[in-house]
Amino acid sequence: MTTLDGLPTAERRSLGARLLSANTFWIALVLLALIVVFSAIAPESFLTFFNFQQLFIETAVLLVIAVGMTFVIITGGIDLSVGSVLIFAGMISAKTMEWMSPGQDASNAGWGVITAGLVVAIAGGSLWGLINGLLVARANIPPLIVTLGTLGAALGVASLLNDGTNVRTVPLELRDSLGFGTLEGNIPNLVVVAVVITVIFGLVLHTTRFGRYTFAIGSNPEAARRAGIGVTRHLTNVYLLTGFLAGIAGFMSLAYFQSTTISGHTTDNLNAIAGVVMGGTSLFGGIGTILGTVIGVFIPAVLQKGFNIIGVQPYWQMIAVGAVLVAAVWFDQQRRRSQNKR
Amino acid sequence: MSSDPILEIKGLNKSFGPVHVLHDVDFTVRAGEVTALVGDNGAGKSTLVKCIAGIYGHDSGTVTFQGNEVHIRGPKDAAQLGIEVVYQDLALADNLDIVQNMFLGRERGSRWMLDEAAMEKAARETLASLSVRTVKSVRTPVASLSGGQRQTVAIAKAVLWNSKVVLLDEPTAALGVAQTRQVLDLVRRLAEQGLGVVLISHNMADVFEVADRIATLYLGRMVAQVPTKEVTNTQVVELITAGRSGELGLARPDTVTI
Repeated sequence: MTTLDGLPTAERRSLGARLLSANTFWIALVLLALIVVFSAIAPESFLTFFNFQQLFIETAVLLVIAVGMTFVIITGGIDLSVGSVLIFAGMISAKTMEWMSPGQDASNAGWGVITAGLVVAIAGGSLWGLINGLLVARANIPPLIVTLGTLGAALGVASLLNDGTNVRTVPLELRDSLGFGTLEGNIPNLVVVAVVITVIFGLVLHTTRFGRYTFAIGSNPEAARRAGIGVTRHLTNVYLLTGFLAGIAGFMSLAYFQSTTISGHTTDNLNAIAGVVMGGTSLFGGIGTILGTVIGVFIPAVLQKGFNIIGVQPYWQMIAVGAVLVAAVWFDQQRRRSQNKR
Repeated sequence: MSSDPILEIKGLNKSFGPVHVLHDVDFTVRAGEVTALVGDNGAGKSTLVKCIAGIYGHDSGTVTFQGNEVHIRGPKDAAQLGIEVVYQDLALADNLDIVQNMFLGRERGSRWMLDEAAMEKAARETLASLSVRTVKSVRTPVASLSGGQRQTVAIAKAVLWNSKVVLLDEPTAALGVAQTRQVLDLVRRLAEQGLGVVLISHNMADVFEVADRIATLYLGRMVAQVPTKEVTNTQVVELITAGRSGELGLARPDTVTI
């Protein structure tokens, strides 16, 4: 037996060195810098409670999708269908609530009907997630193609359900509670739900066996298989999870907009992917954090709000986000190359 | 140095469609010994290992483990018995660190809250017990380790599981001199800890250095399984290439058909 001195623990590795090597750290700095700059330029309008409240509300739905997207991208996959699945979930939920209400008008529906709507939204989202998962994991079709297919299909089915128009009678009770309600009068319920989901799935990713296997599969599926992990089953579950979260997001969106917003979520998939990737999750799989995703999702939102307030044309936000996104991926590639050289 | 066989294979046959890869192979692994498995390319070494590991089923033959006949139907069965395979193309997940790799598939702690501290401690103890000192931190991602270190982690993983038999498929094939040294030392220490070690190798120097016994496959047949001391390098090479050397090997290798 030798002493253990030769094997220092992780704690003994300097904190500074680890911070500098983490993408999350740099992207957090970018976010912080943006907030500081906008606050300096327009302190009286940017740095306000109301402004940040709005920022959080507008980001809540996207954050829930992005959390699911993080899991998928860590496995080395992608899910383009989340936006459509969100719309589908909202649509089938709204239709169900209408069907259950007298005169097809769900405006005055009670909690029983609303609960049914929630269950249907989650089930609908999960169903598309399961379809994605089975096609990717069992049929071995590339996720890009599978989810491109379900991107169209889910939107198509959602449109068919109401002849291509939006459902407009959404329970007022739902709007007043989840949509516009607040906790203690300050914290919007929508944000509370998003935060709870983010924390739960952050823990799932970083402390549980499910999370560990997600990283392992994205890192080396063959190694995972040889270690006795049911890779097919796990991958299916990851896509199922993304669908499940898109279902919840659909219900949140329904509560907030009081409409199924058929045309409102078509770029959600790309926004979610951009947020996840900016947050330091590698498109090659095996690397990523939920904290990074939270930061990554807020960068476009802060840019948009900031530009809006200081009177810059909002189109600059698109350019800035594009630049940050490309820079983030470039960063990731550089890091991989320097790792492989050793 | 001789002990009871821990793993004994008798009359193993394996075909892939019309191709008969293994013919009535007998193979014995003893606890506390390193058994080298040698043979030319295509002699059936890897197939034999995969049959033992449960990755392939076999057509006929018996497998006896610690005196009991066993039926290995999949990698999980083999793992449950305590048979571990360290593959040639390292089966490690690059982005995971050493601890995460060593415990992959068998994490400690509850399903919802992995016990990182216990895993880290056990990983460090295992590496220390194998006198591995080349790894700076057990939280280093495997991607940033050298080939020898990676191989070390893969082997240490097998030890961690209280394995009884470890099969190493060409563990030094891609390594430099110093790293080969490390891995061979490690192989020796595995045997000293009482494990049955099977070393597949093409490198005769390695084989003669660490192996107690040498088993030679020739065109899917086990032509000889002899103590290292009783054979010379030349004899083993003859066994590998011709299936026969003096009194050893097949009676009439010319009649062998595939």
